Amino acid sequence: MKILVPVKRVADPDNANKVKVSPDGQRVTSDGLEWKLNPFDEYAVEAALRINENGASGEKLGEVVVVSLGPDDVQTTLRQPLAMGADRGVQIKATDDQLDSSVVAKALKALVDAEKPDLVLMGKQAVDGDSNTAGQMLAELLGWPMATFAMAIEADASGKTLTVGREVDTGVLTLKVTLPAVVTVDLRIVSPAAVKNGKTPDTHKYNEGARYASLKGIMAAKKKPIDVKSLADLGVTSAPVVKYSKFELPPARSGQVKYVESVQELVTKLRTEAKVL
Amino acid sequence: MTDVLVVAELLEGGMRRSTLSAVNFAKQVAEGTGGSFDILAIGEGAENAASQLSGFGARKIFTAEVEGGYVAEKYAPTVAEVAKSGDYGVVTATATTYGKDLAPRVAARLEAGVASDIASVAVDGGKIVYRRPMYAGNVFGYCTVETPIQVVTVRQTEFEAAAESGGSSDTESVSIAEDGAAARVEFVSLESQKSERPELTEAEIVVSGGRALKSAENFKSVLEPLVDTLGAAMGASRAAADAGYVPNDLQVGQTGKVVAPKLYLAIGISGAIQHLAGMKGSKVIVAINKDKEAPIASVADYFLVGDLFQVVPELTSEIQKAKG
Ligand SMILES: Cc1cc2nc3c(=O)[nH]c(=O)nc-3n(C[C@H](O)[C@H](O)[C@H](O)COP(=O)(O)OP(=O)(O)OC[C@H]3O[C@@H](n4cnc5c(N)ncnc54)[C@H](O)[C@@H]3O)c2cc1C
Repeated sequence: MKILVPVKRVADPDNANKVKVSPDGQRVTSDGLEWKLNPFDEYAVEAALRINENGASGEKLGEVVVVSLGPDDVQTTLRQPLAMGADRGVQIKATDDQLDSSVVAKALKALVDAEKPDLVLMGKQAVDGDSNTAGQMLAELLGWPMATFAMAIEADASGKTLTVGREVDTGVLTLKVTLPAVVTVDLRIVSPAAVKNGKTPDTHKYNEGARYASLKGIMAAKKKPIDVKSLADLGVTSAPVVKYSKFELPPARSGQVKYVESVQELVTKLRTEAKVL
Repeated sequence: MTDVLVVAELLEGGMRRSTLSAVNFAKQVAEGTGGSFDILAIGEGAENAASQLSGFGARKIFTAEVEGGYVAEKYAPTVAEVAKSGDYGVVTATATTYGKDLAPRVAARLEAGVASDIASVAVDGGKIVYRRPMYAGNVFGYCTVETPIQVVTVRQTEFEAAAESGGSSDTESVSIAEDGAAARVEFVSLESQKSERPELTEAEIVVSGGRALKSAENFKSVLEPLVDTLGAAMGASRAAADAGYVPNDLQVGQTGKVVAPKLYLAIGISGAIQHLAGMKGSKVIVAINKDKEAPIASVADYFLVGDLFQVVPELTSEIQKAKG
């Protein structure tokens, strides 16, 4: 199967509370924070690799192409999935202010038209903008079926359909999609038995989480090709339609934590002071 | 003047209560711009949902009866057709997993931009400005959507359920529009865990347990008595859900559910920013944790340092006493 995985770099999510807003409120500044691969995208890469290999032996069954939109430093971002085992990368050159989810979806559509993958596998949301829209928009632009918030993927033996368990508010909703399709992944897609293809041995269990790149993988990634395209090459001329005029930090929670000494004191405080019991 | 189309969410043959958050949003925009709002009830039980929604002030309620389970590929073309049939400036749904799944697909069809999961809206000189949390709620951005039709999903905890205003809306049934993608997706099943407890996103009190609970058994024997004594909803951290102590749909956080009860108890939860993103809008936050320095202290109002296995049963009986 040929799988395209779009990936985005985000300011280190574990340091997101260090994200600041510029004094004029015009920009979010992530100065001094490291760029990381968006965690959901990392899980999408892992899921793509699992769909395309024979679990136990690691024998490869198909091709995984990763793509990122952004300035030249996204090439560093692309090396991580390449080191994990993806086959090649594509950079779509753009500055951050040229992009919003509708531009991203259009650019990805153009790339899909050129690459003709069987599956686009992506994170359900990027943990910077937290928008959760690009995958759905891409699916519609392509006229493809989709399965969002996937926690389990099972490819049938022919590789023509996927049965996908989706995490929804009310439980797990299972869909069967005929390829080509767009699937966006949720966290549990990297649990040990979440991804199965016709070749995965029944008893095979992956390690929890996304795989680390081995030293060998990192060395190999340096030689893997990254194709560079511009938005114009893909025929995308539109500007972002969601425009931010201002950013601000959320108001701090009023007051400070009060340490209570006993259960009794807690109950009394909740009744008489906070008045919530 | 902006007219708004609200896409209702249906569940078990009727309206899901979350719909009323989007109705509240629609009222705010319609009032702010001098427009009106309509509702589209699409799914199984559309007629019934329409009658439940009739007293909320919509100019009109469209109904589209669809057999079988929800798939976006079937719904999006119909929503887009209805959206194009009127003079709508905004199409909206609540940012539940349903709204998050469907709305962007509708947007792409309408060549519209999306503002997702918004926390508030203001009409400023004819422009509609949305405020939305980003970076796990560590930044708020103000944005406008510069397309003729805008698509917006609204955060349920930030938009109270609209109140019934009386009167009754006219209804009109519309036919289903489908396209090729619908033929390539099949709804297989929805497995949901039924619970007698209040819904997480609507409960006045939420008790969440973390990894420290150590097992599904302990959730049952240690946490549940407290949850039930308080008439609360049960939540969990991702670590607890991942470990299989509770079903996934109890996960509270940036990538789980967002809750904003009057009282939130975080029990054996460290308070990673992804967890805080889902609960720091709660009015009063109580932490019970062995570690005084746990990051949950940054948002907690009250912090009891102690071993939950000792503290929680004691708390349960103390509250029972206080109530009795
Ligand atoms: C992309 C991404 C998205 C995520 N989304 C979410 C999300 O939506 N929601 C979420 O919750 N997490 C999310 N996480 C995970 C998050 O980063 C944390 O790993 C998780 O919240 C930790 O859960 P925890 O607090 O239960 O466990 P831990 O961090 O292990 O904390 C356990 C706590 O229990 C305390 N403790 C231990 N034993 C006892 C005892 N006997 N009595 C009292 N206290 C005790 C410890 O002191 C500690 O503070 C996400 C992570 C990523 C990478």
